[in-house]
Amino acid sequence: MPEKVLMKGNEAIAEAAILAGCRHYFGYPITPQTEVAAYMSKRMPKIGGTFLQAESEIAAINMVYGVASTGKRAMTSSSSPGIALKCEGISYLAGADLPALIVNVQRGGPGLGGIQPSQSDYFLATRGPGHGDFHVLVLAPASVQEMADLTFKAFELADKYRMPAMLLADGTMGQMMEPVVLPAPAEHFIEKPWAVTGTECKRPHNIANSLFLLPEVLERMNFERFERYARVEEEEPMWESFLMEDAEICLVSFGITARVSRNAIVQARKEGLKAGMIRPKTLWPFPKKPLLEAAGKVKSFISVELSMGQMREDVELAVRCQKPVYLCNRTGGMIPTPEEVLQSIRKANEEGG
Amino acid sequence: MVVFEKPKSLTDIPMHYCPGCTHGIIHRLVAEAIDTLGIEGKTIGIAPVGCSVMAYDYFACDMIEAAHGRAPAIATGVKRSLPENIVFTYQGDGDLASIGLCETVSTAARGENITIIFVNNAIYGMTGGQMAPTSLIGQVTQTSPYGRDPKTAGYPIQICELLATLEAPAYLERVTVNNVKNIRNAKKAIEKAFRYQLEGKGFSLIEVLSSCPTNWGMTPQKALEWIDEKMIPQYPLGVFRDKEA
Repeated sequence: MPEKVLMKGNEAIAEAAILAGCRHYFGYPITPQTEVAAYMSKRMPKIGGTFLQAESEIAAINMVYGVASTGKRAMTSSSSPGIALKCEGISYLAGADLPALIVNVQRGGPGLGGIQPSQSDYFLATRGPGHGDFHVLVLAPASVQEMADLTFKAFELADKYRMPAMLLADGTMGQMMEPVVLPAPAEHFIEKPWAVTGTECKRPHNIANSLFLLPEVLERMNFERFERYARVEEEEPMWESFLMEDAEICLVSFGITARVSRNAIVQARKEGLKAGMIRPKTLWPFPKKPLLEAAGKVKSFISVELSMGQMREDVELAVRCQKPVYLCNRTGGMIPTPEEVLQSIRKANEEGG
Repeated sequence: MVVFEKPKSLTDIPMHYCPGCTHGIIHRLVAEAIDTLGIEGKTIGIAPVGCSVMAYDYFACDMIEAAHGRAPAIATGVKRSLPENIVFTYQGDGDLASIGLCETVSTAARGENITIIFVNNAIYGMTGGQMAPTSLIGQVTQTSPYGRDPKTAGYPIQICELLATLEAPAYLERVTVNNVKNIRNAKKAIEKAFRYQLEGKGFSLIEVLSSCPTNWGMTPQKALEWIDEKMIPQYPLGVFRDKEA
């Protein structure tokens, strides 16, 4: 039996990254994710890895860019205002087709906002965090176990598709403790013949680059990249269905609000309300297929989230507005109680669809 | 018998630099240093944003193109990943001394074992001649049409002097390439900087005063004279740190 250990969410991210073969971490202190950096600063020197507290978020993501160029697994972590600063570097990673992991333990915004949990970087993460046409993989853990599992998975997907991945957690996920079974250390890594490692005078020089001055060439690069994204959208959406077999009201929620929703659904069932949930584990690619299928069966959807309805737009698009999509939300660091979510289920039941 | 040839560390791609620009000379000096030390196969260069943005096509070693000003942070990542390789950045004054000043100072303060070639021509060339952090007092540019006025635009940043206040850097020298004697000195300095990195001595930066006839509005010859007359008084040549000396 694999051993269970009690860990904080942020520490689970750090240890899972190390098990995934990441030996280079660059960060900058910001609440509520500083435990990732603290953990890395203890562990990395003992395993021959790099922990470097960068001068800025911008420097940290560019250090990641440097390591990623050499073909090795690298990561940075931050929280919302810091992620905004990293967007320049994330765009360059995407433009140079470099894999890397960016962890965003979200807090409330805009501006300096607050330090309590939030999901209001949904647009920033899922629409391509930076300038230009691109996407990053966005994975959304809803338990400390998934903090570990999806960190590990993010590195694999990033390498497979040569693109950056973002673990989109929130302050609650980062701070809470749960038992975790850690993944086995990664053993197989994809070959990276494109890596910048020195030619050893044996091959033409490799260049990690996102500059293509000829518009025909840049357009072709973008088209090709989006063909790859289409494969990701086809093959990689992840989600969990909960009591959807006979559901009439489908909640859609990720991260901490999915856990609150689960409790609310159990209560609703006791009242005879047939509620269920589709919980996206990837936000990009968004699990459009199960949502569209559900649209043929349920009366309505409720998007339960810690933002002003950012994910609701994706739910409406996924179900092609066939059924109403209600919003149950809190923001600014507030989290809905199961009772609040239950109220929204009752209301959706009354209004029908 | 061949008495003069192109360095192995330069590719055959024609350079895009303006007539009279000294980037070509500086590229050559960097390539010669790499050849002399026999490190082409393990050198990784990082190109900036600015006139030398396409340096990644000109150097035959593995190359990375950086975001504006971020080359020292990328170099840090590369060196931490591949400590046995030789890592250099090639940056202009806008890139290094303005938008990337934080990365420059922090990388120097950490004493990263990398080499920076800093090309200072006191102007933004690629974008058509705007005021740089290193533009001289009174210098007319597209964005200082009445001359750089210290009351509103401050004073030129002297990078070697600034970095010499830090403990970590191993080697800081300012050179220029406006005549044969100065080119020979520049060659020595660049080679020494790479050698120091090979020997693990730590951070080195060579500031090269360079000309921009196009945006200075001068003939190439006059531009080389302007370096002597105007730039060197503001940016004196010499060694600002040498941990072996």
